[in-house]
Amino acid sequence: MKYLYFPGCSLKGTGRAYEESFLAVFKALGLEVRELEDWNCCGATAYMSVDETKSYALAGRNLAIAERSSDLDVIAPCSACYLVLNKTQKGLKENPELRRKVVNALKAAGLDYKGKVRVRHPLDVLINDVGVEKLAKFITKPLKGMKFAPYYGCQVVRPYSTFDDQYNPVTMDKLIEAVGAECVSWPLKTRCCGGSLTGTLPEVGLRLAYILIKEAKKRGAGAIVTLCPLCQFNLDGYQDKIASKYERVDIPTLYFTQILGLAMGLPESELGIKRGIISAEAVLAGR
Amino acid sequence: MNEQFEPKIVAFFCNWCTYTAADLAGVSRLKYAPNVRVIRVMCSGRVDPQFVLDAFARGADGVLLGGCHPGDCHYAEGNYKTLRRMRMLERMLKGMGIYDGRFRLEWISGAEGDKVKTVINDMTKKVRALGPLDLPGHFRDWDKELEELEAHVNKDSKKAEATHAG
Amino acid sequence: MSENKPKQENLPRVGFYICHCGSNIASMIDVAEVQKYASGLPGVAVSRDYKYMCSDPGQEMIAKDIREHKLERLVVAACSPNLHEETFRKAAARGGLNPFYFQMVNIREHAAWVHEDKKSATEKAKDLARAAIARVRFHQALDKKRVPVDPNVLVVGGGIAGIHAALTLANAGKKVTLIEREATIGGHMAMFDKTFPTLDCAACILTPKMSAVKAHPNITLLTYSEVNKVEGYVGNYKVTVKRKPRYVKEDLCVGCMECIDACVFKEAKFPDKFNQGLGKRKPVYIDFPQATPKVVLLDPETCIELKTGKCKKSCAAACDRKAFDFNQKEEIKELQVGAIVLATGFKAFDAKRSPQYGYGRYPGVYTALEIERLVNASGPTSGEIVLRDGKHPKAVGIIHCVGSRDAKTNKWCSRVCCMYSLKLAHLIKEHSGAEVYNFYIDMRAPGKAYEEFYDKLLGEGVHFIRGRVDEVTDWAMTPDEEGKLVLRVEDTLAGFVRRIPVDMVVLSTGLEPQADAQEVRRRFNIGCGSEGFFQERHPKLAPVNTFTDGIYIAGACQAPRDIPDTVAQAGAAAAEALALIDAGFVELEPNTSHVVEEECCGCKSCVPLCPYSAITFDEVKKKAVINEVLCKGCGVCAAACPSGSIRQNLFEDDEIFSEIQGILK
Repeated sequence: MKYLYFPGCSLKGTGRAYEESFLAVFKALGLEVRELEDWNCCGATAYMSVDETKSYALAGRNLAIAERSSDLDVIAPCSACYLVLNKTQKGLKENPELRRKVVNALKAAGLDYKGKVRVRHPLDVLINDVGVEKLAKFITKPLKGMKFAPYYGCQVVRPYSTFDDQYNPVTMDKLIEAVGAECVSWPLKTRCCGGSLTGTLPEVGLRLAYILIKEAKKRGAGAIVTLCPLCQFNLDGYQDKIASKYERVDIPTLYFTQILGLAMGLPESELGIKRGIISAEAVLAGR
Repeated sequence: MNEQFEPKIVAFFCNWCTYTAADLAGVSRLKYAPNVRVIRVMCSGRVDPQFVLDAFARGADGVLLGGCHPGDCHYAEGNYKTLRRMRMLERMLKGMGIYDGRFRLEWISGAEGDKVKTVINDMTKKVRALGPLDLPGHFRDWDKELEELEAHVNKDSKKAEATHAG
Repeated sequence: MSENKPKQENLPRVGFYICHCGSNIASMIDVAEVQKYASGLPGVAVSRDYKYMCSDPGQEMIAKDIREHKLERLVVAACSPNLHEETFRKAAARGGLNPFYFQMVNIREHAAWVHEDKKSATEKAKDLARAAIARVRFHQALDKKRVPVDPNVLVVGGGIAGIHAALTLANAGKKVTLIEREATIGGHMAMFDKTFPTLDCAACILTPKMSAVKAHPNITLLTYSEVNKVEGYVGNYKVTVKRKPRYVKEDLCVGCMECIDACVFKEAKFPDKFNQGLGKRKPVYIDFPQATPKVVLLDPETCIELKTGKCKKSCAAACDRKAFDFNQKEEIKELQVGAIVLATGFKAFDAKRSPQYGYGRYPGVYTALEIERLVNASGPTSGEIVLRDGKHPKAVGIIHCVGSRDAKTNKWCSRVCCMYSLKLAHLIKEHSGAEVYNFYIDMRAPGKAYEEFYDKLLGEGVHFIRGRVDEVTDWAMTPDEEGKLVLRVEDTLAGFVRRIPVDMVVLSTGLEPQADAQEVRRRFNIGCGSEGFFQERHPKLAPVNTFTDGIYIAGACQAPRDIPDTVAQAGAAAAEALALIDAGFVELEPNTSHVVEEECCGCKSCVPLCPYSAITFDEVKKKAVINEVLCKGCGVCAAACPSGSIRQNLFEDDEIFSEIQGILK
């Protein structure tokens, strides 16, 4: 199976560990992944609220480039990119006036947009295209004895539920069980991590992140497993600030691709394990 | 001077489903294009393909056939026969130059008043864009051609007669 | 193409009438113009317009004109034939004209009510009028066939609707067969503790009716049975019923229940469906002590003897009536009835479809039916409000509209949930003293004494919060939420978001059609609305009739309904069935088909087409023959006949071709 890959800005920056582990895991599974050429920033949530039409054109450019090169599915690991690209597809399909403007803009850049490419999430590809049974064959070092709290964040389930239930998604739960670990059951799977507010409005943002890490630890999770680079950053990167405001929690946050890679026996160095701010060493030492 | 062409569409609606749905559309005061004239039959299976051909031959620009959804026919299987006949008829009609939705088969249940409105509006729009079919006009033209040809042939033979007579 | 223009002089005299229908038609169609236009058409002897053609003076006008002007055909342009075709046929008959020399033109539902341009609507009316006038010339004089009506009735469904309909019919002297899928009648009502607004004990008012059914000499009760096949037509239905084996002889068992005590399973082990899974039963069981008929049954899934053949069968040994029969087989019965009443009830919404409420994830979340069993003195906890872990709740939250008024699940209002939520609030408070919170969108209390019941609850200290609960969560935001289930809701009257910690959550689940409603309605050849409930003939004027004559519907199978309305509707359905039966005969629409023998070429194309096997082939004459009694008038054979020798009355080829020509001239 082959896929196109849209990294987005985060995966080349603070979310580097996500890119590393994603590429390593997919390679080890024999899934061919090719980075989209000349991709641009998707605009994330910010640009949509500044100028809607330009924002659709910006995101649409990536879709047009993808269509031009092949008819493969595009994998967008970052939740914001995933949502924005899907939202752009839908908006251009349902709004003919918007579509006309965007298509004209793209034409000026020598691009055409037909709306045929599919944008997928890597978790969706692993659980639905590959399947838990097939994955099991690759698991050589199951993470026995470890407890993970699956954290989905908001953008893969709201407003669209494309590959999982909106209130109680379970694809990552399945993955955690597939790697041999115990999945912690908790009701905050899709509760907001604070998003950009950890930076812009810390009294709100930090509190939201604090609630998540506190409850995960309270329920016995050794680490939180997530699928969004901003969620990972919020939960992992602000624990000092949270400690000074509320209390010290100390729980590492890993990407699902990282735990899958570990269970497949890939070396920690290829999975960016050391990039986490709160160290996962103690938790992973038990395996 | 040229008024916009308004298509004339003849419809055959089965009593139990589509006709009832059209009544429901009326009771609900839904508004739709006035181009359709409905002929009531008890079952869409009553519709002989000759009715469809006759409608086109007499000047219909479109023919709409409405029946119950497969599985729901009031007479158990009538609509299955309709489906078989009409699929074959469609191909025949295409060979005669009647296609692109001039003939349309729709399944509309008694509760789907809204669908009656959507189908009629959609079909009217599409047939209007296709323009008049005007088979009677074509028949007249062809008849006229034949008459002219006949006159031409007779003229020649009269000349021949005159020549021979002389 | 048939050239079907009768000569001018031989045209039958047509009377044309166009109705104003008050302003319903006249406001969008220029009726005077149509009347004038029609008067100029060939064969039209009389052309009139009138305000209300269906009224007595309107009909009298028709009859008078027929006599005075020697009319031979009648056309009325008005509303839908489904409303008044019969009316004008009768008017024609009163004037001395065969009623089938009449054709109706629909210019109200199909024109005046659906178009917005007067000019095009009027043109359409003229086209349709012209078509009808052309068609009606080809009509033949016909007679309605009378068939006798079998006086027996079948009632399907043994809930309160079926029970009431069966009793009413039986009291009127008719022989009724009441079929119920479960092992006992009683339906959902038998599960309730008290009913709103009177707080009558449900069992107390239901069980006398159940006993009356059992005892009534005119009622044959077939429980644990289902209808497999329905054939025939109004007045003459043949129904095939499948009876599932109880492995106990019904006429021998007296319901002493010694066998249950004697069962090799010392403890009840299996989830009990009647108690919504909250209680346990043994493989030999009875649904509840007042079950009717009071006969035990064996569950083939859990009974050791039925599964392996290796049980010591202490149940059979304990039975001094020798009622056990481990070899009992499924039984097929055939019934002949004239009318059928469908009262198959509803299914409760599956709360798992609204995952935000945590049903199935949190043990403290219950559905309303589960609570009905908990508060019931004859339920699994003898009426004690106790959670699955044995604790007693100090605070209970009741969430209204679960699976109702919801774009994601069901859009409709289920009508009874506000009232039963109030009832449950009262009962829970009474039995446990817990704090009770009701979360509602609107409080719907439309029935007699319903609003007063709500008022009473307001005074009992139940807390009412107007807002749709967003989620049920076990995440504790503050220490006093530890170990609780928290309901997060926007209190729209107070204007802010609240978190209410409770121990027990009750989901007021809505009413849906039964899971097999589509299958059942196809078996009986009736329709369903888009939500899946059985379709009534007319929502206001014929709520218990269906589009299939002789089949009536009553109760929640038609739409969500409370008990008073269900009983009223069941009575109405019984009355309609009685009207049919007591008339003694039914007149069949004569739109059947027949073969014109001389024209039949014996190709046999028609024979396999008839779904009612009404067409046979006479091997001697080598001609097709149609049985008019079996023929239902679909016309499929007429359409297929290559020689045109099959004529469908009222829908002959000539009639339809002339209608086509009339439209397009």
